[in-house]
Amino acid sequence: MSHSTVSPAAQAGQFDFLVKGEHHVANGTLLGFWLYLMSDCLIFAALFATYGVLSQNYAGGPSGADLFDLPLVALNTSFLLFSSITYGFAMLQMQQRKLKGTMIWLAITGVFGAGFLGLELYEFYHLLHQGAGPQRSAFLSAFFTLVGTHGLHVCIGIIWLVTLLFQLRKHGLTTANRRRLFCLSMFWHFLDVVWIGVFTIVYLMGSLS
Amino acid sequence: MSDFSTLIFGRLTLDAIPYHEPILLITFAVMASAVIALLVVLTRYKVWGYLWSEWFTSIDHKRIGVMYMILGLVMLLRGFADAIMMRIQQAIAFGDSAGYLPPEHYDQIFTAHGVIMIFFVAMPFVVGLMNYIVPLQIGARDVAFPFLNNLSFWMTSAGAALIMVSLFIGEFAKSGWLAYPPLTGILQSPGVGVDYYIWSLQIAGVGTLLSGINFVVTIVKMRAPGMNMMKMPIFTWTALCTNILIVAAFPVLTAVMTLLSLDRYLGMNFFTNDLGGNAMMYVNLIWIWGHPEVYILILPIFGVFSEIVSTYSGKRLFGYSSMVYATLVITILSYLVWLHHFFTMGSGATVNSFFGITTMIISIPTGAKIFNWLFTMYRGRIQFEVPMLWTIGFMITFVIGGMTGVLLAVPPADFVLHNSLFLIAHFHNVIIGGVVFGTFAAITFWYPKVTGYKLEPFWGKVSFWCWFIGFYLAFMPLYMLGFMGVTRRMSHFDDPSLQIWFQVALGGAVLIGAGIISFLIQLYVSYKRRDSLRDETGDPWNGRTLEWSTSSPPPKYNFAFTPRVYDQDAWWHMKSNGFKHATAGFMAIHMPKNTAAGMVISGLSAAFGFAMIWHMWLIGGLTFVALIAAIIIHTFNYKRDYYIPAEEVEQVESKRTEVLA
Repeated sequence: MSHSTVSPAAQAGQFDFLVKGEHHVANGTLLGFWLYLMSDCLIFAALFATYGVLSQNYAGGPSGADLFDLPLVALNTSFLLFSSITYGFAMLQMQQRKLKGTMIWLAITGVFGAGFLGLELYEFYHLLHQGAGPQRSAFLSAFFTLVGTHGLHVCIGIIWLVTLLFQLRKHGLTTANRRRLFCLSMFWHFLDVVWIGVFTIVYLMGSLS
Repeated sequence: MSDFSTLIFGRLTLDAIPYHEPILLITFAVMASAVIALLVVLTRYKVWGYLWSEWFTSIDHKRIGVMYMILGLVMLLRGFADAIMMRIQQAIAFGDSAGYLPPEHYDQIFTAHGVIMIFFVAMPFVVGLMNYIVPLQIGARDVAFPFLNNLSFWMTSAGAALIMVSLFIGEFAKSGWLAYPPLTGILQSPGVGVDYYIWSLQIAGVGTLLSGINFVVTIVKMRAPGMNMMKMPIFTWTALCTNILIVAAFPVLTAVMTLLSLDRYLGMNFFTNDLGGNAMMYVNLIWIWGHPEVYILILPIFGVFSEIVSTYSGKRLFGYSSMVYATLVITILSYLVWLHHFFTMGSGATVNSFFGITTMIISIPTGAKIFNWLFTMYRGRIQFEVPMLWTIGFMITFVIGGMTGVLLAVPPADFVLHNSLFLIAHFHNVIIGGVVFGTFAAITFWYPKVTGYKLEPFWGKVSFWCWFIGFYLAFMPLYMLGFMGVTRRMSHFDDPSLQIWFQVALGGAVLIGAGIISFLIQLYVSYKRRDSLRDETGDPWNGRTLEWSTSSPPPKYNFAFTPRVYDQDAWWHMKSNGFKHATAGFMAIHMPKNTAAGMVISGLSAAFGFAMIWHMWLIGGLTFVALIAAIIIHTFNYKRDYYIPAEEVEQVESKRTEVLA
């Protein structure tokens, strides 16, 4: 904390007031994207809190223990976790400036993501079929919203991933594209972390209740 | 109604147009003719191209800042019209007289007034000020994400547009400005009013969140070399804290609005009375956003007053570091007090005491700020320019508002005063006395920087005195009425002994109206006399921070050379140490390109919101797909920048050299 005082005897030219030559400003995209992720994290925090408050409000309807099919969810979780690993491989390829490898691993990541979404939709369909839709009770409203919001994020991630594949094919591993790959990487891993929370709090603890 | 028209128009029919309500019809006629007159004038003077390329698609933070201020000003007129209508109603609706507003109309007016004043007046003003000033104060050429900045502005405008549309197509919410369920659930509010509320807030909220991220990154990453955190101007500090609060608070608003929409649109049970819903969940969540929101509004205004006090006292700000720490403490505490908005919920004595105490603690850093400003003035050579009038008016008024706030923070007192007019008087006391006074101070202070000429002081003084006296006349009676137990949101009273207080309050509101009109006259008169009010130096007040080192208005690129900072009052330090304007060695400057993508995305968002409000599922689906497509197409644009050639920079700068010589 410096409060430099102006010395009265200062002479003209004592201070170099201007940056001669081009002043490079650090790129803030990764910090900005990180901040966005934190704000998104707060959306999930609000949804988790809501789920926490409403998770016992079955209104005479089914509870988590009645509904959840843990083996299916375990398979689903493994899809998502594997997709994070394959995204990591894509980033390793990117660091080695291998366009083709990057794109292949990205595509595999997308397939895992789509598999995850497919299983989640199957689960939702199954629940609706049993009469356990989001309108049934506050617990189910909170369940569908929390899990559905995560699924929506995965869906957006896949759309982004496909878009990025086209852009990679068009422009290659340029600085801009590498920055985008980094951002999507953070997004993808972030969704993985959120899913760990969903899996633990919603499915595991719900099956115990 | 045929299936076809339901498919296209959803539940929108001709009955939604309120042609049978004379008040709305007149309002519509006046507004429509004003808009048409404006369009005619703009077309006649052939400024559409100029507006499009220099303003609407501009990603220059200065232009965007000015557009935010204009949006705030226009919406202030709308919000004030609502206010004066309520004041007139309450002054005459006694005993047998029902007043001139039917209850369902009155309820829409107080809801719209609150929503508009917070989201579309105070927020645009504050964000607009930060937009214009922050990059200049930190010696940057623009914000970190110039395109997002333009998008943020248009998203905010899209939200404002939806609220304006609700005046003439359908209705607005009748629920109060925070739209508590179960009143806003689908059973109690089946109409479109709450849906207008939800979608305009959702759309504007995205804009605010993006600009919050943008400014945190700008301030963290783009400060001029030498400007470490403890050399940042106080306004920039408060802007940083405010934007951190935006990033930390607005997602919760998005989440809770989504939950309410799910209840309304898909029949879910978050906040319903049956099937396990819990309406208090909503109240908690909305205030977890809502309390930080009031600090989002006031913190930058504290920064404004800090700049003004030290500039017009000709002194370095007293207690710079205590000011920074006070700001940070307020930032953190603002997150720990939300429950004081509903002590009466019955959380129990322990919880209420905790939140009562945290609330009272906030007055300590705030008080420290007041003392810092007073000590800055102490033995300074104070120039009583108009911004100083606003500042002193603020200090007196805000202290009173702060004290009534501490009073309300005591849970037992709050049980008596909850939802009474005392509360209304309290928050108008701090929002008008703080945010509004501060905004006018800031506009007067920085106006010469934006336009190149000062505001004419006479009408500024008239405006100040009208606002100042008008505020006390309008709201002191409300404190009294609150003590008598009069509750808020009433459109009719039985007890005739109360009427005189409401009549005085109406007088105050009229005086505030005169203050707004004087301000508009001030803008006009100053424009007419701009040649005699012109400031060529760029530094009319003998300023202290970097924005005063540029020309007025600053060139597109702000600084031909990035300044190097040695002191917290960087420009003051430069002036006292023989800084000379650079005359040679200019280089091409890297700048972001204009784009219409922000307008397209926001326009589609507004259309999507409108379709969802009216259950036009087909159009809603189409606009949503178009919205996603527009965003994706925008990401295919890789050529987003250009260079201002060195010759052009040299030309601009040599003109400046001539003026300064």
